[in-house]
Amino acid sequence: MRIGIDVGGTNTDAVLLDEARVLAAVKVNTTEDVTSGIVSAIDGLQRQHAFDPAGVQAVMIGTTHFINALVEARRLAPTAAVRLSLPAGRSLPPMVSWPERLVDAVAGRSYLCHGGHEFDGRHISDLDEDELRKAADDMGRAGTRSVAITSVFSPVNHEFEQRAAELIAAELPDVAISLSHEIGRIGLLERENATIINAALRELAAGIVDGLAQSVTGAGITAPLYLSQNDGTLMDVDFARRYPVATFASGPTNSMRGAAVLSGLDTCAVVDVGGTTSDVGVLNQGFPREATTAVSVAGIRTNFRMPDVLSIGIGGGSLVQGEPAEVAVGPESVGYQLTSRALVFGGDTLTATDIAVAAGRAEIGDADRVRHLAPALVRAAMERIAADATDAVERMRTSAEPLPVVAVGGGSMLLPDEMFEPGDVRRPEHYAVANAIGAAIAQIGGEVDRVYAIEPGQRDSVVDEAKQEALDRAVAAGASPSTVEIVDFDEVPIPYLPGNATRIRAKAVGDLQLGR
Amino acid sequence: MREITPDVLGDIALGAAILGTGGGGDPHIGRLLAEESLREYGPVRLTPLDELPPDAAVLPVALMGAPTVMVEKLPSIEEIGLAARTLADYLGRELTHIACAEAGGVNSLIPVAAAAQLGLPLVDADGMGRAFPEIQMTLPTLYDVRATPMAIADEKGNRAVLDTVDNRWAERLARSATVDMGCSASISSYAMTGQQAREALVPGTLSLCAELGRLVRDARAEHTDPVDAVVSRLTGRRLFTGKVVDVSRRTVTGFARGDARLAGTDAHSGTELLLRFQNEHLVAERDGTVLVSVPDLICVLENDSGEAVTTESLRYGQRVAVIAAPADPRWHSPAGLEVAGPRYFGYDIDPVRATQ
Repeated sequence: MRIGIDVGGTNTDAVLLDEARVLAAVKVNTTEDVTSGIVSAIDGLQRQHAFDPAGVQAVMIGTTHFINALVEARRLAPTAAVRLSLPAGRSLPPMVSWPERLVDAVAGRSYLCHGGHEFDGRHISDLDEDELRKAADDMGRAGTRSVAITSVFSPVNHEFEQRAAELIAAELPDVAISLSHEIGRIGLLERENATIINAALRELAAGIVDGLAQSVTGAGITAPLYLSQNDGTLMDVDFARRYPVATFASGPTNSMRGAAVLSGLDTCAVVDVGGTTSDVGVLNQGFPREATTAVSVAGIRTNFRMPDVLSIGIGGGSLVQGEPAEVAVGPESVGYQLTSRALVFGGDTLTATDIAVAAGRAEIGDADRVRHLAPALVRAAMERIAADATDAVERMRTSAEPLPVVAVGGGSMLLPDEMFEPGDVRRPEHYAVANAIGAAIAQIGGEVDRVYAIEPGQRDSVVDEAKQEALDRAVAAGASPSTVEIVDFDEVPIPYLPGNATRIRAKAVGDLQLGR
Repeated sequence: MREITPDVLGDIALGAAILGTGGGGDPHIGRLLAEESLREYGPVRLTPLDELPPDAAVLPVALMGAPTVMVEKLPSIEEIGLAARTLADYLGRELTHIACAEAGGVNSLIPVAAAAQLGLPLVDADGMGRAFPEIQMTLPTLYDVRATPMAIADEKGNRAVLDTVDNRWAERLARSATVDMGCSASISSYAMTGQQAREALVPGTLSLCAELGRLVRDARAEHTDPVDAVVSRLTGRRLFTGKVVDVSRRTVTGFARGDARLAGTDAHSGTELLLRFQNEHLVAERDGTVLVSVPDLICVLENDSGEAVTTESLRYGQRVAVIAAPADPRWHSPAGLEVAGPRYFGYDIDPVRATQ
């Protein structure tokens, strides 16, 4: 048995699974402290299907907590960015294109220092240890509590990042240190941004992860706890403490992966309808298609792996306004106040949920309160929603081939039964808790992204070496060796370089080895 | 456009990526550098080519090297200005204007940073009207303007001035120096008088970049087709609509060569397009027939957003539109084709024009 939990901004969903069979599924309100919501979700599972806590083999949690903390700029630690690049990179210092609000929120300080590597491993300049000690001293006086260190070409050679971390840790033993080569790929500004965000979230992560662990052990569960990552794989709690940024896009990933399991389709479009927005993504062989361009998070450009998701402003709480001829649905929403402001709940605001109830597609609240709505308005609003959702799926499709659509999420009754052909929209059982199921079935991954100098005739052995390292990393992280395989491989020669420099990315994924 | 201010840089970057025809590097870094320069030194005046005084001293500037290195070892504004200053010193002349060597990709914005730092106006023109991979592939080469003396500078302050027997040698030696400088360096080359620049450069290309960017942005806002807007402005045609199904790449003599196969969708359903590239897209073929080749422009745009897709970021599953547009007509002269026709790139075919 395993338990999957998804802590969203509004709801906390939980499922109890035996292999792929859903034994129990509950939805409770997310609480301010996160943990009490999880406790009541686990209680709910226990009430629905009594289980022995000692029989639970693993608990997987997906949370939007860290990304929300960044977007809302709250509880971010005073952070310093150290870049090892001088004399290069002076013109575009750390946080150069950040929204000012976020620079202020992380009390962002930056230090440009000597170091960094050339593409071929030469030093741009040697590390200046005194310069770093001075920077550490300045950070100490400024009250910095977390440090992000980025060195030029560190994905190729991370010696300077590690040495700088040792020096700073010696001066400031209590600060958390994040190293860019562990977080992002080639592309200095984007990798540095992701590292600074990670650093700013470290304190919050420690608190949240402790709270999650306590709420699970409090329920008598002794099984290991995992958090799900952007790419649909898992990390253990120690990793989560160090790399909160890796949880950022786990919400949409979990709902897509859950939709795949529930529908039995591993190649499909998924529409996840929430309270405020709907997320549309595409699954290919069971994994979400990744965004190929830099992804902005809260106005900051980053380059870590994120699913390619299109969000539209339609959800259960969307405001419905205007006459039937030009009815508007969303993007404004009553959000988490749905249960007090929607008509069916005795409120005074016409929402998409009210329309769904009036159209007979949902049984929520008091249907008598929406009987007065004009049928023409109800029909027009449903058509508006159907047209917008269909357009979003169409934009995400990569071919004219029919792509089945799987509807999940609490608000999926808003979607039509067909988009491109009769009956192509599927609403699998347990659709409302798809993301908790996605968390529960997440796998373990390992990744390599590096520039290799390939000697003539050595290509195959270099490729094998890179793939093996990705496989080894997945197994080291807890994947079962018999299930681990390469799921993504990308090889891009770097132009103008001698020695056939080639950037190779390999990603391996396997099932979590239970009961280790 | 008479002045470059920070608010127009986004449009220039968007348009320059399109004229980059798949190469030229991601303009994002160029945009950030230009933004920082304008913030520090104020707006840059733009001089239309036909208003350039005949006795002006014009210096094109550019970044040379691998785009992948540029996004990691970030160039600095000082480094860009240093190459121009070094060449002016060597020539013993007072500079009056900065110009763009190429209008595609990152190098459309690098000269903005240089002009701001040096306090000089920028000529609204460039040496190619698009992006090409090698230094001698410029229209000034056709007018016997020499690529050397040429200055090359890196972020450490290393400088070199090359004086070579011809423009091909300039390319070769500058390339070696660039690799030693860490595969990213700034160069200043093709010093010209105003008279020569008026003859040899392609007029209005920075304004064209900004206009293309604005057209794409407006089309998106108005939910009309951004690809159509680009096609119509470039008086080109839409070659193909489809999805990337295969990309193979290899490095040949320092350049990333490769092929991309696209499967047709919509009106092109059931057909396939083959793109051959060396940094830039060089040849588009359907069922063995060449539809368009260099020197004309072959641009791959994201079907929905109209955003240019570089050859480095081509990936399986992307939905794209491939468009063709005429290059500056001088590229089709015998001398032009010798420098940048399909045979120069190793394809034994006669050029096929975008409007054919």
